[in-house]
Amino acid sequence: MKDMGQGFTTPDGRKIGGAVMELKNITLRFGGVVALSGISFDIREGEIRAIIGPNGAGKSSMLNVINGFYHPQEGEVWFRGAKRGPMKPHEIAHQGIARTFQNIALFKGMTTLDNIMSGRLIKMKSTMAEQALWWGRAEKEEVAHREAVEKIIDFLQIQSIRKTPVGRLPYGLQKRVELGRALAAEPALLLLDEPMAGMNVEEKEDMCRFILDVNDEFGTTIALIEHDMGVVMDIADRVVVLDYGKKIGDGAPDEVRANQDVIDAYLGVSH
Amino acid sequence: MGDHVAPPEALDTLPKVFDWNARERASLPAYREKEYGIWQGLTWAESRAHARAFALGLKAKGLEEGDKVAVIGQNRPALYLSMISAQMCGAIPVPLYQDSVAEEMAYVLDHCGARFAVVENQEQVDKVLSVKDRLPALERVIYDDPRGLRKYDHSALNAYSEIQEIGRAAEATLGPALDAIIAKGKASDTCVMLYTSGTTGKPKGVVLSHENILSAARSSSAFDGLNSTDSILAYLPMAWVGDYIFSVAQACVNGFAVNCPESPETMMADLKEIGPTYFFAPPRVFEGLLTNVMIRMEDAGRLKKWLFRVFMDHARRVGGDILDGKPVGFMDRLKYRLGELFIYGPLKNALGMSRVRLGYTAGEAIGPEIFQFYRSLGINLKQLYGQTEASVFITMQPNGEVRADTVGVPSPGVELKIDDNGEVWYRSPGVFVEYYKQPEKTAETKDPEGWVATGDAGFIEEGTGHLRIIDRAKDVGKLADGSLFAPKYVENKLKFFPNIYEAVVVGAGRESCVAMLNIDLGSVGSWAERNNIAYASYTELAQHPKVYGMMKAHVEEVNRSLAADEMLAGCQVHRFVVLHKQLDADDGEMTRTQKIRRSVIGERYGAIIEAMYAGAGEVFAETEVAYEDGRKGRISATLKIEDAAVAPRGQGGRMAA
Repeated sequence: MKDMGQGFTTPDGRKIGGAVMELKNITLRFGGVVALSGISFDIREGEIRAIIGPNGAGKSSMLNVINGFYHPQEGEVWFRGAKRGPMKPHEIAHQGIARTFQNIALFKGMTTLDNIMSGRLIKMKSTMAEQALWWGRAEKEEVAHREAVEKIIDFLQIQSIRKTPVGRLPYGLQKRVELGRALAAEPALLLLDEPMAGMNVEEKEDMCRFILDVNDEFGTTIALIEHDMGVVMDIADRVVVLDYGKKIGDGAPDEVRANQDVIDAYLGVSH
Repeated sequence: MGDHVAPPEALDTLPKVFDWNARERASLPAYREKEYGIWQGLTWAESRAHARAFALGLKAKGLEEGDKVAVIGQNRPALYLSMISAQMCGAIPVPLYQDSVAEEMAYVLDHCGARFAVVENQEQVDKVLSVKDRLPALERVIYDDPRGLRKYDHSALNAYSEIQEIGRAAEATLGPALDAIIAKGKASDTCVMLYTSGTTGKPKGVVLSHENILSAARSSSAFDGLNSTDSILAYLPMAWVGDYIFSVAQACVNGFAVNCPESPETMMADLKEIGPTYFFAPPRVFEGLLTNVMIRMEDAGRLKKWLFRVFMDHARRVGGDILDGKPVGFMDRLKYRLGELFIYGPLKNALGMSRVRLGYTAGEAIGPEIFQFYRSLGINLKQLYGQTEASVFITMQPNGEVRADTVGVPSPGVELKIDDNGEVWYRSPGVFVEYYKQPEKTAETKDPEGWVATGDAGFIEEGTGHLRIIDRAKDVGKLADGSLFAPKYVENKLKFFPNIYEAVVVGAGRESCVAMLNIDLGSVGSWAERNNIAYASYTELAQHPKVYGMMKAHVEEVNRSLAADEMLAGCQVHRFVVLHKQLDADDGEMTRTQKIRRSVIGERYGAIIEAMYAGAGEVFAETEVAYEDGRKGRISATLKIEDAAVAPRGQGGRMAA
């Protein structure tokens, strides 16, 4: 794991490849506020990469830089071997990065099935007219996409809520549906913004299981922000630690845990 | 017409019948499951190819005749067929309760000495592997769903599909040997071993021969005229004898389709989609369905409520008679037709019972109101009485002789007798061979002439010949004054109220009876909502004074109806508590088939019982609870003890419910 150029093998035997995304010297400002300053790290093919840090450390800003919603004033973002410039929203959607949100952003009145189906939208080629008339490519396409969605429903074990409007579901299940919608886009990189926030122990365990299984079954590269240190240390392959917009640690969970700066940031020190 | 021809009696083992189906009913649907949102099925011919490939694979992996193969998981076609595969190899399938904790599984796996375990998924693999070091006989675990298992050590672990591939490749070399084993199988060979859930002590392995299983399946199918156009929903535990008879034996004999739900949570939706013609459910399920309907009717608009009330009243009056083919007036029939159009039809559709032409319930007493509700809708719901040791069938209700308070007349081929203590005995071709490796237990239950003690006390009704069950024979006791004490009889009366989920009555050797009740969260919760009663937890709702008031009314109503019965008037409940937690199989308080374990409850709740007898007004209770993953927690609460009015002997009115 020391040789960052060539990828590495995790303790449980998974092969981690080269970098999918490289962030070089990222600085992001909002007016006079420096949210991120001079941050560099990479996300590798097939790994689970965690970004942690105390409140206000810049984690969510970082995630928004990764998916292209924010464009940093300084630094470079390299995604799949190409340098990325500022993007329009539809370009952001089509680049192959899917995400979930800290405060669930589902269509409350739509069913689980339809919500996950909406994640397939960017993959559909038929025109709106074709879809409305159920003509031409539309039918064949819908069948294929429905199958993909059903596999996700099966994978996430949410068959029983397939036809339930998501607004009626408990929080933990909504989170799972949101994960399903992100998966439906078959992303090259999956971003999870505090997937475990507000969950009880059992729901957290389930969610951990699903994150690990997604990574294992589909080989999806995952970057996640999380507050719960225990969870992060258990499931992440590598961890980046931010504090006040600066990177203070980066490495395997054990290395990070032993890092004095990280301990100070979390426990506080007298200055 | 050819579809309705039964396999010849000369086919005396299940694999032979199965092979016959693959030839004669090749294109009829056999096993279906819902996967990826679509019902996908195997015909009988495809089922045979599936099972044969797996059987050859097992053989290639070293499965010998007489070996045991444990099968653990939810109802899945692959698991049903794996049991037939094992039988094709001359091995014996042993289905286990899939919701058992690893510890309970270890006992059965060790006792039966299974060499192979066929399991559904990672959860079951984990459980088996966690106890594997205590199971010297267990060599190989085979899983159906590979999810999450990729990184496991596969030296003694295989995917189901992998075994099938090995089997297909070995057809030429091992096929003839497999055919020879199937051909030489005889009726007296062991067909399956089923472990009884055991209300007392460790589970016992009931050995059932092909003759037991096939004779039970054949005679019961003839009794009710089952045929290949029927279909069932397989949702009850595979380890339960009923499921084996319905989903394997009767399915093979009649060639009907067995449908496996997508997951336990989707059972209701799947039931509606499949619309089975033949449906079995324990009373609890029928109660639950009815409670749901009633809760939703409470929320319906005025017109709908009115329609529902008017037509349900009418159905109660004439529905049962119409179903039984008794004479009913023209105007009443017309009104019933109208009701069918407006209420009964849509309601049956919502319940998934539009096509049910034969329904059965057993295992516990069913409330007369509930029973009547379904029958009045035109659903031919009947009762049967059975046991694992009898290959299910002891008594069944013939069409036209269906009543809530009996369990029917002896099934074809069954003889009944009642001994001096009131215990029911039976003898039939379905009577089990033995308890595996427990000859002394076998001798205790089955006498040399083949009569088996049911453990239930009952009597045969004069005139009709119907059997009536009172209680478990060992639970029937005496109060201190010598009058009869039949706890389950009283508990059943209490449980007939939708608000009471479970009840435990104590009183043997005491002056009077006391009861512990569990509220039904669905029903009481909805009631609380309608009455603006706020609560934060099950415990808080259970202890609400208004809930106590409601329970008191229920208990007193039961007391009045008990008082009317000379024999059981002493069983009236003097005091009761509403428990702070639901009785649960994970805590050992109930069996996996949801029957209460009196000794465990007596121990765990001893302090509460003593407080009730001591005349205390309340009692502090703290109980350990186990979560499904084995962790433990505690629930504590101060429980109020309430007195209930007791009616004088012989003066009670009839119970309304």
